Amino acid sequence: MPVSKSVGARIKRREDPRLIQGLAHYVDDIKLPNLLHVAILRSPYAHARINGINTDAAQNLSGVKSVVTGDDVKDVIGGIPCAATDPEGFPGIKVPHHPVLATGKVRFVGEPVAAVAATDAYIAQDALDLIEVDYEPLDAINSAEAAFADGAPIIHEDWDDNMAFTWSIAGGDVDAAFAEADHVVSQRIDHQRLVPNPMETRGVVAQYLPGKDQLNLWSSTQIPHLLRTQISVMLSMAENHVRVIAPEVGGGFGCKLNVYAEEALLGHMAKYLGQPVKWIEGRRENFLHTIHGRDQTGDVELAVKDDGTILGLRYTVSADVGAYYQLLTPAIPTLTGLMLCGSYTFKNVQMNLKAAFTNKMATDAYRGAGRPEATYLIERMIDVVAHDLDLDPLEVRRKNFIGKDAFPYETGTAVAYDSGDYTAALDKALKIADYDALREQQAELREEGRYLGIGFSTYVEICGMGPSAAMPAGGWESSTVRVDPTGKVTVLTGVSPHGQGQETTFAQLIADGLGVDIDDIRIIHGDTDTVQYGIGTFGSRATAVGGTAMVHAMGKVKDKVINIAAHLLESNPQDIVIEDDKYCVRGAPESGLTLGEIAMVAHVGVELPEGTEPGLAESHFFEPPNFTYPFGTHIAVVEVDADTGEVEIQRYIAVDDCGNIINPLIVEGQVHGGIAQGVGQALYEEAIYDESGQMITGSFMDYALPKAHNFPRFELANTVTPSPVNPMGVKGVGEAGTIGSTPAIANAVIDALKPFGVRHIDLPLRPEKLWKLMQET
Amino acid sequence: MKIEVTVNGEHQSYDVEPRMLLVHFLREVVGLTGTHVGCETSLCGACSVMLNGDAVKSCTVLAVQADGAEITTIEGLAQNGELHPIQEGFWECHGLQCGFCTPGMIIAAHQLLERNPKPNEADIRRGIEGNLCRCTGYQHIVDAVQYASKKMTR
Ligand code: FES
Ligand code: FES
Repeated sequence: MPVSKSVGARIKRREDPRLIQGLAHYVDDIKLPNLLHVAILRSPYAHARINGINTDAAQNLSGVKSVVTGDDVKDVIGGIPCAATDPEGFPGIKVPHHPVLATGKVRFVGEPVAAVAATDAYIAQDALDLIEVDYEPLDAINSAEAAFADGAPIIHEDWDDNMAFTWSIAGGDVDAAFAEADHVVSQRIDHQRLVPNPMETRGVVAQYLPGKDQLNLWSSTQIPHLLRTQISVMLSMAENHVRVIAPEVGGGFGCKLNVYAEEALLGHMAKYLGQPVKWIEGRRENFLHTIHGRDQTGDVELAVKDDGTILGLRYTVSADVGAYYQLLTPAIPTLTGLMLCGSYTFKNVQMNLKAAFTNKMATDAYRGAGRPEATYLIERMIDVVAHDLDLDPLEVRRKNFIGKDAFPYETGTAVAYDSGDYTAALDKALKIADYDALREQQAELREEGRYLGIGFSTYVEICGMGPSAAMPAGGWESSTVRVDPTGKVTVLTGVSPHGQGQETTFAQLIADGLGVDIDDIRIIHGDTDTVQYGIGTFGSRATAVGGTAMVHAMGKVKDKVINIAAHLLESNPQDIVIEDDKYCVRGAPESGLTLGEIAMVAHVGVELPEGTEPGLAESHFFEPPNFTYPFGTHIAVVEVDADTGEVEIQRYIAVDDCGNIINPLIVEGQVHGGIAQGVGQALYEEAIYDESGQMITGSFMDYALPKAHNFPRFELANTVTPSPVNPMGVKGVGEAGTIGSTPAIANAVIDALKPFGVRHIDLPLRPEKLWKLMQET
Repeated sequence: MKIEVTVNGEHQSYDVEPRMLLVHFLREVVGLTGTHVGCETSLCGACSVMLNGDAVKSCTVLAVQADGAEITTIEGLAQNGELHPIQEGFWECHGLQCGFCTPGMIIAAHQLLERNPKPNEADIRRGIEGNLCRCTGYQHIVDAVQYASKKMTR
């Protein structure tokens, strides 16, 4: 990194002025002439045959333009895609057709059945009530276990069971590890189903321009380019006649890393109705028909020596993936497999996964996507080992840590951790926590019948997604950096930020790199007609991969600028330096030229060095050589109320290492938000379907998102271990908080309940569960 | 039905359907889209606006109930191109990420500071508990409100 004025500073975000004044444009804020409003009729049954649909009354309602059903669109809109169905990776995988509107059968509550377009959103809703669907209810399946049971109803009748796919990974010699072990420590662990719940639900506006045969599609998405490709396939349109725009996007957390029925359906409707259409998802619809996260239940066994040394791990797990696949459904549990060894040295590892179709919404990438499962599992099991062997959970961690000299380090699952110093992060966190004092306090309080718990998570995660060879849909990223004649800089990035702040951090990098005022830089993203093809924002990749693409493109621009400057100043390129935002000959700043002056020369085109192309714009496509592996230590201090079972988080200490930091303010924000989501998983959140397949937690009343008063002030710190994977040495920080926090909280609560003999409790740790446990003992 | 309202200082009359929600009225009829809809069931606070001096969730108020009322939305907070201290606080303290909850959060903070100009941290956390944010973990929002409180009581 060059010496910086901007990089590393707590610069306030450049995207904020529009957001704090109500001047931003999210999908629902887009207005077009003659706009029609679409409402979707959804299945009220988890599993039913459709014997007929009568739309006459709805069609006849004044203001209704059109009603479409599955039969109307089945031949004109292709199936909803899944990018992770390679039978080499998933032997015997069943890939059911996933229609945008159900035909013949519905397979989960919320599945789209019909769509109404009307002149007004209220009328569209009214019309839904007038559509008569003749359903013949079938028995529903609400868990993987039920799906695999003998005589279970079959969800996809092309096959004779509900096994969606299997997957396994193995490293080392697991059998030998277990033969050598002094103890086998086992536990069944559940990773409950979660609903991502960005505050902005999904939404789509579609407009068809017949004169250009062009479809404009605004969608609240994390992946505008991938969406464009898929929509063009689904609608059989030329890809270069489809323009996808991700306008302001109100959070994603993975659930907008997808291709949904409504996106294709609205594209189709706009074209055939000849009028623009808008659909805005209601919160209830979002609960039912935007992807869910997690939902694995498995048995873990650890082979352990007397002293706590871990020799090997076996994980036999079932995943409940719902009724159909969305974009990446099968890929998510594979990320769990990659990260099972955590921060620890054991290399004998095996995971066998069976995935079941059930009558639920599909699971897919939710913040962390597969890695929270791995981290929760191994971090929880470390504490179970400590419990069973009567060891200190910290000592078990230290004994098994990968040493800082071992990097790059190849794990038992054949991923190569880039860099790390796990002990340093742990030591720093312990110091902040004043650990010994906490243990003393815990002992004192126990005497008084109060239950304080201290929980650790010494996580490592896999980020900066990722090398294309290891990704279902490309893992590189793109950028164009161009300098206008007046010296203003425009960056086109293939990533699609929606809260992560790259309009600021990317500008910081450019400001330092090109010697230009940060206010003269614009970062453009999310419009496929403007920006070169890119992959998008997910997997903590935007800065590590997208930022690197930009830094390389900027480097090419800078080389050219320096060449032109050298020519104009009658000097050599190697003698040109930037001083005070001027390109000058070393030691002669008074005759320096600004970027604007040089850019003007580049565009006028007369004074260029021989052989130099006019103009000043360069692109770069960056293929990362590896993932990045952020890590850290989180410590939670909680008190469980003996009378109510309520958990109060008293302190939360997070020492994260995400490599070099471009903007500490933004990094803190990412960690805070991540912790909050992981705490939600640990304490409050759970998507529950009842036996008939109805989701009984389908509103904010029944599905508890964390609120401001649920948290203490987080105590944050960093260690900095640069990543060798990219020139900035950054690792990514979008998911660290979520991955690190869930096990820290779980371990703290279970530690608090140690006097009650508690060894393990499944999440979420709601008061009634804890209260009952305390009563039983 | 005819209603007369003053929105961000501008008095005007409108003809609205009796069933139209205030939030849809503001967004679709008045054309102020800074007020957001996050749940339409009064549980998230994204739609908060000031109605006759009280913060209300405009997804649970009918437009006709606002007849004769004075309404302030997020668009009405900055004056003469100067940010309101709460807006400034959100910017300075990184009180937002995706920004979707932010207008409602700022309105909730506005109400809180009107009732309690010098809230402590717990007051703030309680004061905004009707507003959900999925991005920030709330800490920087608390900082933003403290910033505004300091500035406004100086
Ligand atoms: S939209 Fe009104 S409270 Fe959520
Ligand atoms: S900033 Fe995204 S929901 Fe609050």
